Amino acid sequence: MASIVLKDLSKTFGKVVAVDQVNLTIQDGEFFALLGPSGCGKTTTLRMIAGLETPTSGTIFIGDQDMTNCNPRERDVAMVFQDYALYPHMTIEENVGYPLKVRRINQAERKQRVTDVSNNLGIGSLLERRPGQISGGQQQRAAVARAVVHHAQVFLFDEPLSNLDAKLRFESRGFLKHLQKELQITTVYVTHDQAEAMALADRIAIIDHGKVAQVGSPQEVYLRPQTVFVASFLGNPPMNLLPCKLDLAKRQVQINGSQIDVSQVSQINGIKTLVSEGENLSLGIRPEHISLYAEETAQAFPAELYVTQPLGSEVLVTLQVAETTVSVRLFTDEPPELPRRVWLKPDPKRILLYRTDGNLVA
Amino acid sequence: MKRYRKRISSVLYYVFAVLAIAFFGLPLLWLILTPFNSRASLAVEIPTAPTLDNFRAVFQNKFAVQALTQNNLIIAIGTMLGVTLIASLAAYALSRARIPGRNAMAYTLMLFSSVVTGTAAMVPIFLIIMGMGLIDQHLGVILVLIGGNLPTAIFMMRDFVDDIPASYEESAMISGASPFQIFKDVALPQVRPGMMVVAVWSFVNAWGAFLIPFILLRSSDKLPASTAIYSFYTEAGTPNILLVSAYALLYTLPVVVFYLLVNWKYGFRFFGGIKR
Repeated sequence: MASIVLKDLSKTFGKVVAVDQVNLTIQDGEFFALLGPSGCGKTTTLRMIAGLETPTSGTIFIGDQDMTNCNPRERDVAMVFQDYALYPHMTIEENVGYPLKVRRINQAERKQRVTDVSNNLGIGSLLERRPGQISGGQQQRAAVARAVVHHAQVFLFDEPLSNLDAKLRFESRGFLKHLQKELQITTVYVTHDQAEAMALADRIAIIDHGKVAQVGSPQEVYLRPQTVFVASFLGNPPMNLLPCKLDLAKRQVQINGSQIDVSQVSQINGIKTLVSEGENLSLGIRPEHISLYAEETAQAFPAELYVTQPLGSEVLVTLQVAETTVSVRLFTDEPPELPRRVWLKPDPKRILLYRTDGNLVA
Repeated sequence: MKRYRKRISSVLYYVFAVLAIAFFGLPLLWLILTPFNSRASLAVEIPTAPTLDNFRAVFQNKFAVQALTQNNLIIAIGTMLGVTLIASLAAYALSRARIPGRNAMAYTLMLFSSVVTGTAAMVPIFLIIMGMGLIDQHLGVILVLIGGNLPTAIFMMRDFVDDIPASYEESAMISGASPFQIFKDVALPQVRPGMMVVAVWSFVNAWGAFLIPFILLRSSDKLPASTAIYSFYTEAGTPNILLVSAYALLYTLPVVVFYLLVNWKYGFRFFGGIKR
């Protein structure tokens, strides 16, 4: 049980800045996800917490103790690797028991704890096998068992689900979340899969080029992305971003020849000090917050139909607005008959405005 | 026309294959058959009346027998142990540490290996060993052979170590294992097949080494088999082919047995394995 504090943490490899002045506070018992595209520095951050990389500068506290230059073994952390790193020459029992063995826990207690944990995780019948003889999902559970068995104060996960197929990944997600809630151990979870981060984490940090772009609960980062990067990284399909021109006096923006009222945008009251008349902005709106009309409608802008994709419980409509591609999600199980030209009306309460430098107008 | 050409090329292919097999196979066949013959010949002939007399004669030559059963074993096992141990540790370091230009280093080492035990370095090697007072001692021979075999051995070992994901060691590190525990429990079992390859390879090299023992050893009771084989030559310098071939067969056997043993126990494989 411990909180983790990263202070001005940086790591450079030669001239490449992998992690750039990261400041994060992870609460005791929290499930915290580091989310970002590959190569953004999230794994390097995790490895620095684990003690496998030495920071170029900055400090790492685990449970109020400065651990910046400590060995991994002094940090009392447990880690599940992307490739699971189960030792191929040991049985599952030996693998799971290895952290206990190096801690010189006697054989009887070792066996007891390994059996308990393994039964708990549903791999109790596989203890005699070797890693090569069990399936990917079972290997993943064995790796988790090895991490759980010695009651570390912090769990570190490095993309533990990326080697599983889609169905198994969904199952394992529930299993990991349940386990973490049960054990209440501080967890840092690295993933490039936004659905995984959203589903699992109490809070998410979105990392972009070694910097923290935004930290917040899944709802916060999804509904109010602070930057265009976060907006276009989260969501499947991501948030629509439409170039528009601001009419400050009328509190309107112009998109594709139509006027859209933005007076309900939450940051609009202070907007005079933030933006100027006629400034070019981006209007951000999630695909599920757009209504679709076959005829011209007030507060809606015209769009050309490109393609519709029925997905079972919903229909995904892709359209062209001038040069921009826009996605609309319709919650219907019947693919609608649509004319070539339709009108899109964004939910006025859900509209977000971004400046050209990518930051939310706020 | 095309079919005709195809047939010609396949005929040529078989002719070439037969010639190649004969070229490499006949001397081996000679080596296996001649010792059981009662009549010396350089032709490959199946003995009409097989005999073990040649082996009896060989065993009467105490000097040659001692070369094979003592001196050769000391030199080969000593070299094998030294090369395998040092190469494993060096390859491990070379593979894991982030040293700039480590590839260039490995290739340069590789080039040096042929120089060290080659004829070019004979005089300096002799002087160095002389200066160390190791002339006419097995240790001198072993040290030179270790030095000569190490670069290639390191190169081979590094390939094996490179194939082992670093996450095994990292996982052990996080589990709380000490560096020695990591080496013993995790790294060593993984590189064992590679160590076996290097062990067999360095054993064979030392077993068959001629030049270095020939230069560095003086007393006849310390010579290995590669030089002791000259005791089957007459004073005039003509070889007794029957005895030479019998001795050569005995000289070859341990290497073959050693290889088969390692192959059976660990499975002999070169350069890594299939990805998991």
